[in-house]
Amino acid sequence: MREYLPVLVFAAVAVLFAVSTIGVSTIIVPRRSSARKMAPYECGVEPVGDARQRFEIKFYLVAVLFILFDIEAVFLYPWAVAFRQLGLYGLVEMGLFILVLVVGYLYLLFKRAFDWN
Amino acid sequence: MSGVPFLLPVDWWALGAVIALSGGAMALLLLEFLPHGPESNRAALVSLVTLLAAGASVFVVRDSRRALFDGMFVHDGITVFFTFLFCAIGILSVLLSWDYVKRTRINRTEYYALLLSSTLGMVIMAGSNDLITVFLGLELMSLALYVLVGFRRSHLESNEASLKYFLLGAFASGFLLYGIALLYGATGTTNLQKMTAVMSDSPMLENPLFVVGALLLVVGLGFKVSAVPFHMWTPDAYEGAPTSVTAFMSAGAKAAGFAALVRVGLSTLGAVRTDWVPVLSAIAILTMTVGNVTALLQNNVKRMLAYSSIAHAGYVLVAIVAGGRDGASAALFYLAVYSLMNLGAFGILTLLGRGTEERVLVSDLAGLGFRHPGLGIAMTVFMLALGGIPPTAGFMAKVYVFGVALKAGLVPLVIIGVLNSVVSVFYYLRITVAMYMEEPQAEPTHVSWAVPGALAVLAAVALTLWWGVQAHALLDQAQRSVLGGM
Repeated sequence: MREYLPVLVFAAVAVLFAVSTIGVSTIIVPRRSSARKMAPYECGVEPVGDARQRFEIKFYLVAVLFILFDIEAVFLYPWAVAFRQLGLYGLVEMGLFILVLVVGYLYLLFKRAFDWN
Repeated sequence: MSGVPFLLPVDWWALGAVIALSGGAMALLLLEFLPHGPESNRAALVSLVTLLAAGASVFVVRDSRRALFDGMFVHDGITVFFTFLFCAIGILSVLLSWDYVKRTRINRTEYYALLLSSTLGMVIMAGSNDLITVFLGLELMSLALYVLVGFRRSHLESNEASLKYFLLGAFASGFLLYGIALLYGATGTTNLQKMTAVMSDSPMLENPLFVVGALLLVVGLGFKVSAVPFHMWTPDAYEGAPTSVTAFMSAGAKAAGFAALVRVGLSTLGAVRTDWVPVLSAIAILTMTVGNVTALLQNNVKRMLAYSSIAHAGYVLVAIVAGGRDGASAALFYLAVYSLMNLGAFGILTLLGRGTEERVLVSDLAGLGFRHPGLGIAMTVFMLALGGIPPTAGFMAKVYVFGVALKAGLVPLVIIGVLNSVVSVFYYLRITVAMYMEEPQAEPTHVSWAVPGALAVLAAVALTLWWGVQAHALLDQAQRSVLGGM
């Protein structure tokens, strides 16, 4: 269990840092609130309406597709790093992996999943 | 790693089923965009061919034994047995879906592609010798099933079933994964054989990491086989799903979960038997009793069979508790027989009703036995088999399971199991009584006859009776599979 000690110390420091920063600022910060200050921060743009509204399903579709192809990149990176050691074996394996993804990609393309309208 | 040869150090034949199934699923996805008529059922045909090819490729290498991918996947007797079983379940399901899916206007390409992916996941689970591979197969199987359950998109109960199954399933996967992580923490490996070796060197039961990890593993797999108290999703998911999917998942997903349990039980947990027997016995008793007693109260046949499938999971658990090779082969035998009976019973339900209409209440079966004698006889055979009445295979399956349990000295479990079987006969016979002794109250149920579906039911009837008489053929197979398993 000894090897976990640094993790424990790190966690303690992290918690301490967060608590102390928030705690100190709650104590010493002057409070002069106004309607403008209490408004949610939207990158400096004037807020437009409530955040709790219905989103189009398309956004979810995009998010799912993004994760799908993002994970492809996650696997491609370690392969690229170990490319020389893995040699032809790795190349064939990655080719198969990408082939599976390409089939999915083609399906989405034909299904018009990428058309916004 | 520099010495890796060009052709992967892999016996391609041993992976034949896996390659065939993944290739078939991918081909189906692309096939949809080639021109075809609205009535074309080629997706079903392609999946049938794929499943036959997968089964044939396993047949070629049925006697070879080897470990692949650094021991993450093994090709042994248990893998071969279950791969055959899953291909058979797949083939029967495709035949049952053939007309049903067309009639209920389900997107056929996606349906069959998911069916094949799910079967692929089951095959991977059966061959996995590493907890990571178990998880991979389990997720592949389950993700496809979550979608399949929700395929009756215009029906609210199907959507509800899919969402419920997905949320609870994801939760159970979390348990399983956490259990794997803890077991890895305790033993330093996820490989089942290496884990067994580590445990024989040191008394692992002292280690709370190991005990909690093993328990969480049982929870995760217990969910998939719908053991009480992790069964809550079963009736809703089975009822809401398209009936052909219910048939497929009630047989396949359960057998796959038990395949993983059998393997874990034979290796890792088998080494600490004395300590997990009480836990599993309690689960088995609860599963049998809750399943059977609740099934008594159902009016919907799909729901009733769902509870019956929970009860059957309990009987298989008795075999797993008995442990060892005898227990494992009794479990294999029971699972094969159970899959057949259940596919048959749900298969008959797929034939009932017109279009998208579902006629699955007990009262819908009234008078069916006289209007459609063939259907009535088939349903009666399945009900007798599920209830464990000779001369059906269901009887022999129960005899072997309880026999093995008796030999292992689990007398209380056997007594409770037999009592439960007696209770179960009541609700199985209720269906027979409805078919032969009741008059339909409303408009009699329309039967949508289809050759493939009828063929599948006929095959299930024939095998249920054949294995009832010639049980030793299948049992020999199960025993040899387990012997060649390690």
